[in-house]
Amino acid sequence: MTKELKSSADGHGWMNAFVRSRVGSLVLLIAVLTVLTTALNPRFVSPQSLKDLMLNVSIIALLVLGQTVIILMRQIDLSISSIVGITAFLSGTLFINYPGIPSVAVVLIAVLAGLVLGTVNAALIAWGRIPALITTLGTLYIFRGANYAWVHGRQVNAVNVPGSFLAIGTSTFVGIPLLTWIVLILLVIFAIGLRQYRVGREFYAIGSNPTAAVLAGINVSRRLATGFIVSGAIAGLAGALWLARFGTVDATAAEGIELTVITSTVVGGVAITGGVGTVVGAVLGALLLSVFSSTLVFLRVPSFWQQSFQGAMLLLAIAADAYLAYRHALRSRVKWSHV
Amino acid sequence: MSQSQPSTRRLARRVSWETILALLLLIAVAGGTFLNKDFLTSDNWANLLANFVEIALMALPLSLIVITNDIDLSVASMLGLSSSLLGLLWEYKLAMPLAILICLVVGALCGAFNGFMIVRFRLPSLAVTIGTLALFRGFAYIILGDKAIADFPPEYTGFGIGVIPYTFIPMPFVLFIVLALIFWVVLHHTTIGRSLYAVGGNQTAARFSGVNISRLKMLLFILSGVISALAGIVFTFRFSSSRADNGTGFELSAIAAVFLGGVTVQGGKGTVTGVVLSLLLIGVINNVLTLADVASEILRIVTGSLLIISILLPNLIASTRERLRLMQRQKEIAKLGTASVAK
Repeated sequence: MTKELKSSADGHGWMNAFVRSRVGSLVLLIAVLTVLTTALNPRFVSPQSLKDLMLNVSIIALLVLGQTVIILMRQIDLSISSIVGITAFLSGTLFINYPGIPSVAVVLIAVLAGLVLGTVNAALIAWGRIPALITTLGTLYIFRGANYAWVHGRQVNAVNVPGSFLAIGTSTFVGIPLLTWIVLILLVIFAIGLRQYRVGREFYAIGSNPTAAVLAGINVSRRLATGFIVSGAIAGLAGALWLARFGTVDATAAEGIELTVITSTVVGGVAITGGVGTVVGAVLGALLLSVFSSTLVFLRVPSFWQQSFQGAMLLLAIAADAYLAYRHALRSRVKWSHV
Repeated sequence: MSQSQPSTRRLARRVSWETILALLLLIAVAGGTFLNKDFLTSDNWANLLANFVEIALMALPLSLIVITNDIDLSVASMLGLSSSLLGLLWEYKLAMPLAILICLVVGALCGAFNGFMIVRFRLPSLAVTIGTLALFRGFAYIILGDKAIADFPPEYTGFGIGVIPYTFIPMPFVLFIVLALIFWVVLHHTTIGRSLYAVGGNQTAARFSGVNISRLKMLLFILSGVISALAGIVFTFRFSSSRADNGTGFELSAIAAVFLGGVTVQGGKGTVTGVVLSLLLIGVINNVLTLADVASEILRIVTGSLLIISILLPNLIASTRERLRLMQRQKEIAKLGTASVAK
């Protein structure tokens, strides 16, 4: 916000402001990648591959919403992948054990289950005063271990899941998959909630300066708890949608996606040091990562390269954030030294 | 003042975390002996010690890093990279000592990269090492793909699986014993050790008392890289296997051991003895559960729970103690108040 104001005040014009803002540079990067890859392989923008791209990014983008709230408060939630795994298998089991159960009920139960698991995190962090990193690293393994013990080598297959539920992942409305619509609607809700509402501003306040937040009368423990419960519920929804998207779920479902989600969020401009960033930026970060990995596929780069590219992008993003913050600090110091 | 306190509370204050860990370890050993007659055999102990040697190695530098209030999540990825690199170099017919040296140097470079990002750019170690967790593991996949290299020379794999003659101590475990002794001396009996606690306790105060924080942190992360690479070499020889996914997830066990050992997240506290005891405790618990045919997924749950309990328990003790102290204070104030009113 302040960044854009500053650059326009410098007289570089709106173009400069657009490039300097995170959202602007992300859109630019995505556009450049798309144009380059299309030039090399025109099939990159075929309707089918665009639909695949949207489906690929949707579940990550959904999880990014929850993670943004967490990182805004200078916390981290590593356990989301395990919650997605459990709730995905739970959704499948519900369809198998209760044939004819309405899809809405399954989604609601999955969200509820995610909410309960998120509450475990929230209780340990807000009231047990265990750092979020330790708590969610622990529950990442506990939830996944419980999932393995429960699943016990079984598997949910697409034939066990009703077609109407799988349609969430296959059918489209105005050319956009239903799955993506769900994520877009939630994105709008989160964007408005974080920008306009008291709860949202409190998340920013806690991340900017925890001590000041306490002094301003914000109940920090309660807000921390809210964040982790929201993140759990979102992961529960993502679990149900994971089943709708892939149809097949075993004990390893969604293993390791927490790294992709955190990388997307940070690449999208949500500072790991808290208090800075928007959900729109974070979702664009997820889109950039997704476009980048399909670019790699289209350019026939071996899939083994993916992981290191992701790590490198995370490192670049935090380094860029730190550099911008440093420049900003330097400038404001110069400005105030005149007074 | 101290005489008026109940003796139980005085006792609670004197009992250190290390004593509690030693007691828990005794209980676990006693339980293991009672539950399974194979537990106290030298074969089983050789197995028990060998099974956590890599994690034990990585936990040593990690505990120093946590004492200075940082973290290194990339240790297991550096292990995997070193293991893959060793396999690749061996496949290219490089002499084994040279290959080992190159792996250690690469480990040092990885650690130096972490340190550089953290010290030079003042980036949070958590974010940097999450990034390098993916980056270094990614390098392992780039150099080895999904191949597995297994034909290592017998004299080296013999070191991996052998024990010291006439004892149950596995050869690789000697590395850990030697390093643990060095770490103990450095942390508890040198100025470097004292300055580590100073940095963890209050970074600004440490800087003003002349501690070169940047150099210290840089050294710690390089050390973590070298020892993780060493752990990767041990892992490769122990299983006679070099794969890109070797040791995935080991960072959790190493971190769990460090925190369970009494090194706090706020930094500035912890001992090598505590970490060694907690490593043994985790090793014994895992061994007892494995002997009892408990599935490996339950072991994951146990490790995760230990990690959480290791912090939750001291927190609860501290907050209860604080509450008791406040109540005591209030009582005294009330007493003083009535006394002055009476005057």
